[in-house]
Amino acid sequence: MADHNVKPKSFQERMEVNIWLLLVVTALVLSVGGLVEIVPLFVMKDTMEHHRYPEIVWAKAGQEAIVTVDEAGKPAWNWKAGGGVRPYTALELAGRDIYQREGCYLCHSQMVRPFRDEKERYGHYSLASESMFDHPMQWGSKRTGPDLARVGGKYSDEWHRQHLRAPRSLVPESVMPNYPWLDDAYVDGKKMQVHLRGLRAIGVPYADADIESAPALVEGKTELDALVNYLQVLGTMAVLNESTAYRE
Amino acid sequence: MGHVHSGALGWVAGISIGAIYHLMTRLFHTEMFSERLVNFHFWTATIGTVVYIVAMWVSGIMQGLMWRAYDEYGTLAYTFVESVDAMHPYYAMRAVGGMIFLLGAIVMLFNVLMTVRKSVSEGSLAKARTLPAAA
Repeated sequence: MADHNVKPKSFQERMEVNIWLLLVVTALVLSVGGLVEIVPLFVMKDTMEHHRYPEIVWAKAGQEAIVTVDEAGKPAWNWKAGGGVRPYTALELAGRDIYQREGCYLCHSQMVRPFRDEKERYGHYSLASESMFDHPMQWGSKRTGPDLARVGGKYSDEWHRQHLRAPRSLVPESVMPNYPWLDDAYVDGKKMQVHLRGLRAIGVPYADADIESAPALVEGKTELDALVNYLQVLGTMAVLNESTAYRE
Repeated sequence: MGHVHSGALGWVAGISIGAIYHLMTRLFHTEMFSERLVNFHFWTATIGTVVYIVAMWVSGIMQGLMWRAYDEYGTLAYTFVESVDAMHPYYAMRAVGGMIFLLGAIVMLFNVLMTVRKSVSEGSLAKARTLPAAA
């Protein structure tokens, strides 16, 4: 065994005998690589397609409510289907929370890659701007089940309900679990209001009216309603043009 | 899946298991309870890993090829769920490989616990502590 009382002669030797110093210096070195590669992406205009094609984002986000609810509980939409990428409504957001809680992202990605087979199977390739209001994004890469980035509108609401309760009743070969309990729980309106405020604090453009109408929008809705609502809007917010080269 | 598990089971777990066996003899100042069980564990870990990653590697490549396969009319040859169905036997094979690997780990746990007991009953640890430290 070496003599333990020898003083380290150099920085190198000090790191060799002090695991904590080694960890700190390793973290510093690694963060240089991370900073150099990641930070510029947040600043560069090319990262997000809506800098060049502003029409893919809903122009009135944050100025007007996405949807309001009158006293009779009837929703009135300011945003029209295909009107551009916008923040999620309180109900869609509740569905998104359930999507994350149930771990849907472990088997389903939300990122259509720019290949011919992906285009035919799922639709137009995903744009970065399409998930600009996602915190966090759900891109993923593991596809035990199919990609869901453009699942919105492909199946009926009733299909989704049945499929979530008992997937094998519709797709016999499916390996997806049953989610029968989504029928039994209701969405908490006050909680969704707090959630919307939280998202606004980090820069998601919600209008005051969006936040005010949140409890009315989710009133009496089950978790299944919310999740189906979320799935049906995925990939449908912006209408993408086949002939436009959104990315080089 | 195939690639990450060949690293996780073959390299990370292999190194960790080797380190545990080495440290057991050093820390408890004794030999392992059973050399034969150590060898048995080596073979379960090796065979389990091979079965596991062969299943994952083959099914992963098959899945990718199925997703991008076209028929004579230039349309997609398979639906997504057909690729799920085709992977079923490989997932069963993966489970078998994983079981073999896990069996080895259980054998190791038994072997390690028995080694600790042996060290206690022999008093080898207490004896080593009272020895003068080597210079």
